Amino acid sequence: MADKKLSESEIERIEQEYRDWLDEYQKAVQKVPERLERFSTVSDMETKPIYTPLDLKDKDYARDIAMPGQYPFTRGVQPTMYRARLWTMRMFAGLGSAKDTNKRFHYLINHGETGLSTAFDFPTLMGYDTDSPLARGECGMCGVAIDTLEDMSQLFDGINLEEVTTSMTINPPASIVWAMYIANAEKQGFHRGKLGGTIQNDCLKEFIAQKTLMLPPEPSLRLVTDTVEFGTREVPRWNTISISGYHIREAGATAVQELAFTIYDGITYVEEAVKRGLDVDDFAGRLSFFWNSHIDFFEEIAKMRASRRLWARLMKERFKAKKSRSMLMRFHTQTAGCSLTAQEPYNNIIRTTTEALAAILGGTQSLHTNSLDEVYMIPTESAVLIALRTQQILAEETGAANVIDPLAGSYFVEALTDRMEEEAMAYINKIDELGGMVAAIERDYPQMEIADAAYHFQQQVERGEKVIIGINKYPSERPSLDICEIDSELERLQIERLHRFKENRDKNRFQKAMDDLRRRCEGPPCWENNAMPALVEAVGAGATEQECCDLFREVFGTYTDPGSF
Amino acid sequence: MVAMSEEKKVRILIAKPGLDGHDRGARIIARVLRDAGFEVIYTGCHQTPEQIVSAALQEDVDLIGLSILSGAHMYSFPRVMELLKERNAEDIAVIGGGIFPLDDIPKLKEAGIKEIFEPGAKLDDIVQWVSRNVVPREAMAV
Repeated sequence: MADKKLSESEIERIEQEYRDWLDEYQKAVQKVPERLERFSTVSDMETKPIYTPLDLKDKDYARDIAMPGQYPFTRGVQPTMYRARLWTMRMFAGLGSAKDTNKRFHYLINHGETGLSTAFDFPTLMGYDTDSPLARGECGMCGVAIDTLEDMSQLFDGINLEEVTTSMTINPPASIVWAMYIANAEKQGFHRGKLGGTIQNDCLKEFIAQKTLMLPPEPSLRLVTDTVEFGTREVPRWNTISISGYHIREAGATAVQELAFTIYDGITYVEEAVKRGLDVDDFAGRLSFFWNSHIDFFEEIAKMRASRRLWARLMKERFKAKKSRSMLMRFHTQTAGCSLTAQEPYNNIIRTTTEALAAILGGTQSLHTNSLDEVYMIPTESAVLIALRTQQILAEETGAANVIDPLAGSYFVEALTDRMEEEAMAYINKIDELGGMVAAIERDYPQMEIADAAYHFQQQVERGEKVIIGINKYPSERPSLDICEIDSELERLQIERLHRFKENRDKNRFQKAMDDLRRRCEGPPCWENNAMPALVEAVGAGATEQECCDLFREVFGTYTDPGSF
Repeated sequence: MVAMSEEKKVRILIAKPGLDGHDRGARIIARVLRDAGFEVIYTGCHQTPEQIVSAALQEDVDLIGLSILSGAHMYSFPRVMELLKERNAEDIAVIGGGIFPLDDIPKLKEAGIKEIFEPGAKLDDIVQWVSRNVVPREAMAV
C-alpha cells in the first residue's frame, strides 16, 4: 500500500478496475452463486468480497498507523516486539490442592512456559473457605483451593518469585489473595519491589459478565483503587488490574462490545485512581488488559490493533497522559473457550491454533492456549502439552513472529481495524451519555446487550447460518475421553488442614490485624485507610480468605445477581 | 410448535445451583422457553439447593432446569431431588444442562433427573422435550 495519498487519476483508474471486476463478479455469481446468503464475522459484522486501496484512500499512515512503539501504537507497543522478545507463554493452570497445582506449574515450566497463571476453585473465587457449607462439592474442581497463607506457600514451592511473573485470576478477593502472595514471597526472602505479575482484580466485568459477585460496585471499586495505590507505591513491577474483555466475549458479546465495554471499564478505573489523588502517569503504565481470541481470524486481529489505538487516544486526549508508557495497551490473550466443542474434541486443537495465530498477529504480550479437553474438565498433562507446543511451534517454526505487525497495510485488515474503532467509540459515547459504566450496569445496559448478542448468535447456529463443525454440520457424538479427575478425598483433607491451621495461629496477632483492617475499611478511602498493608499483616497472622471477605461483606454489604435474561 | 394446557401454562424455574457464575446458557434457555410460550422464572446465579426448591414451590412450577458448569453437580443435583422428596414435591420434573463427565449422566438419571442436555444441544430439541414431557402439576392430580 502506498504511504502517500492516491492521486485523483490513480483513484479513477482503480475505481474503473473495481467497476469492471464487479461486473464480472455479478455475472459469475449468476452461474455459480455465492456460497452463503450473507458473509459476516462470528460477531455478525458483514464483510465485502474484496477490499482495495479505495477503502483506505483517506488513510494517513503517520497519524493513524505509525510505527510500533509510536503513538497511537496500532502496530505494537514496543519498537522491537517479537524480534527481541516473544510473548510470554502463560498457561492458565489450577486443580485440586495447592500441592497438585504446584506440580502442574513445574510441569509447565519444565516444558517451556515462560510465565505462571493461576486458576482458583469456585469457593476461592467467591470468597469462601473450603469448610463453608456453600463450598460443598466445589473444592478443587475448576482450579486450586486456596484458603490460607500455608496453601499459598505450597502453591509456589520451589519457584523463584523474583524471576518468574505470576498472573492470578481472582476478582472480589483479589486484594486478599495478592496480600497472601506478597506475604508468602517475603517469608521466602523475596523483595516486594522485585515481584512481577498480575491480579485480574477487574470488578466491573463481574457485574457485566463473569458473575463472581461479592460486594456492591462502589466498595468493589474502592478496593481496586486501594490495590492500584499500593502497587504504585510498593510493588511497582506488578500489574494491579487485568482489564478484561475475555469474559465479556465468552458471555456472548460481539467483538465490538468486548472492545467497547472493556475499554470503558478501563476508563472507569483511571477515573477512580485520579479521584484518589494519583497522577495518571504514575499508575497507568501498570494497567494491563486481557482479550479473547475468538474463532473469526481477521476480526480478532483487527480488534486487537484497534484496541491499542483506542486506548492510546483516550489516555492522551481524555486523561491528558504525558508519558508514552501511560498510553500503552499491553495485553494478555486467551483463545476462546466458548468456540470449542465437546463433540470431536480433537478439532479443538485446530481452533486453538488459528486463534493463537490471530493473537500473535494481533501483537499480544502474553498468551494462553486452551487444551482440547477443556470443554470437559481441567486439562490432562498430555492435552495441556499440545496446547503449549502450539505456541512454541507458531513462535519458532512458522515465521509468524519474525516480522512486526505483518498484516499492516492489508486493505481488509486496516479497514476492519478502523471499523472496530468507530463502532466501539459509538458504544463508549453511549455509556458516557448513560453516566458511566456503574450507571450503565445499574440499568442492566451492557448485560442486556450481551444477552441479546448471545441469543442472536445461538439462533444463527440453530438455523445453520453460523456453522460449527461437529455441531450443526457433520454432527457427531461426544466421545468417551480420559479426563482429569479430582481426588474425592480432597475436600475433607483440605478442611482438616484448614482447621489445624486456624488452631495453630497466633490468635492475638490475628485479632489485632483484623481490627486494624476493619478500622481502615470503616474509614474514608485514602492511603492511611488502604486495605493492602492491613491485609498483608492479617494473612501473615493467619487470617483465612473467607475471614477477610466476611469482614468486607459486613462493612461494605453484599451484591447478588439480579437474574435478568 | 408448543403443546400446552389451554387453562394453565407450564411454569418453569431455571436455576443455577452452587457457586458457578457461567450463565450464558441458562439465560438463553430461559429466553427460548419464554418465547416458546412457557412461563419462565430465572433465579440468577449462586443459589443453594434449598433456595432453588423453595423458589420452585413458591412459584408453583412444573419443571426445574438446573444449569451448572463447575463440576459440582454430584452434590447439588441429588440434593435438589432429596429436598423435593422431603417437601412432597416429587411431581416437579427436573432436568439439567451444562458440563457433565459422561460417567456421571447415568448416576444423575438414577437420582431422578429426567434428562441432561449437553453442550451442542439444539434449542428446539429442548423446547420439544418440555412440550412432550411436562404438564401443569394440577393436571396430574387426578
